[in-house]
Amino acid sequence: MGGYHGPDQHHAAPRYGRPLRLGVGGPVGSGKTALTAALCRVLKEELNLAVVTNDIYTTEDADFLRRNAVLDDDRIMAVRTGCCPHTAIRDDISANLDAVEELEDRHGDLELVIVESGGDNLTATFSQGLVDRQIFVLDVSGGDKVPRKGGPGVTSSDLLVINKTDLAPLVGADLAVMDRDSARVREGRPVIFSSIREEPAVPKVADWVRARVHDFRHH
Amino acid sequence: MRNDLLLLADSRLPAGGHAHSGGLEPPATSGAVRTVADLADFLHGRLHTAGLAAAALAAAACRHAGNGPDPASWLVLDAEADARDPSPGQRAVARAQGKALLRAARGTWPSPVLDALGDAHRARRTPDGRGPHHPVVLGVAAFAADGSPHDAAAIAAYTAVSGSASAAVRLLGLDPLGVHRALADLSAAVDAVAHEAAGHAEDAWADLPAPSAPVLDGWAELHLLADLRLFES
Repeated sequence: MGGYHGPDQHHAAPRYGRPLRLGVGGPVGSGKTALTAALCRVLKEELNLAVVTNDIYTTEDADFLRRNAVLDDDRIMAVRTGCCPHTAIRDDISANLDAVEELEDRHGDLELVIVESGGDNLTATFSQGLVDRQIFVLDVSGGDKVPRKGGPGVTSSDLLVINKTDLAPLVGADLAVMDRDSARVREGRPVIFSSIREEPAVPKVADWVRARVHDFRHH
Repeated sequence: MRNDLLLLADSRLPAGGHAHSGGLEPPATSGAVRTVADLADFLHGRLHTAGLAAAALAAAACRHAGNGPDPASWLVLDAEADARDPSPGQRAVARAQGKALLRAARGTWPSPVLDALGDAHRARRTPDGRGPHHPVVLGVAAFAADGSPHDAAAIAAYTAVSGSASAAVRLLGLDPLGVHRALADLSAAVDAVAHEAAGHAEDAWADLPAPSAPVLDGWAELHLLADLRLFES
């Protein structure tokens, strides 16, 4: 569903000598941390990577990644966002940039830095000053109307992941409706339906990330 | 009032301020500050302690920036800032905020003096040291934006209270109009602190004001131990 094979519509200038910076944003509970952890598990053997987490209230997400040992401790940094998760990834990115640069200094040959935003709402989007590409994560349990409601993450992210498809029958969400509405507002940008619970290796998302890292290095 | 200085004073300057409550979160959490009147008292105390110290450092930094780039001397002024901040956590926060402001100021008002300040600190990376102290950067940024030591002091005094005030709106749900009224009521006091601080711009650095607020310092340390907190400081 939602496959996109046309040219990349993102125009951010490539910056050499540093890793691809990938934002992962989306509402609270949609599965950002689970997706980030899955990507780390799958990609850490083939890519040199690190993660910045943004937590609203605690360092819960960083702790989760550490507890589950998906990456070494010194490859994970937590940023606290003072009540405003979207501010820290959009309007005032200084704390996140600082963390990203610290990780890049620490590990000179990084290929990928994932910046996971704090759980927010449909208005959240990453600044081009912070990330090169961004994934927006929704889940079906919010109802199948969510893609229709739009917002910059839904319409303009480089990849929209619609997660927890295994719950669709339980919450009465129609995946075909979500696919149709996403395609309408996203003007061809890709959408991937996923169930991290059923497919913990997130193969389609991992392939998409691999391709973006490859593009960035060989652009 | 010049536009560059309005930009520097604006909380929308992307320098990381939104993640800091200016020491308000611990008293807000513990219940010591609950109302607009409590907040007004808190701001009054903060203005005359942390605010005055920051404003005097900013004025001195702005004055010294007029002498041209001199990396080694910035470490001396920075040590004076350290000496006026007894809480290790607060010092680390002041340096993190200084580093963020330095990034924003260098991007906004490119200047050899800001570069020299950055170079001095990159050369000396201390364990808790992320950058120069915030008031020192603010003073140099005011100079780069063509401001006077008095301008630097005024912006430091203003931001010493405005940051905590906006955090109060978010933490306590206080009426934003009531909070702004409290800020307006403090205006004469903020101006007076700025004036007093600017009067120290020519002092020997060791003689700069060093007012202390032990409760704020203690709260700053407790804040770092809290499991749940919304603001970095």
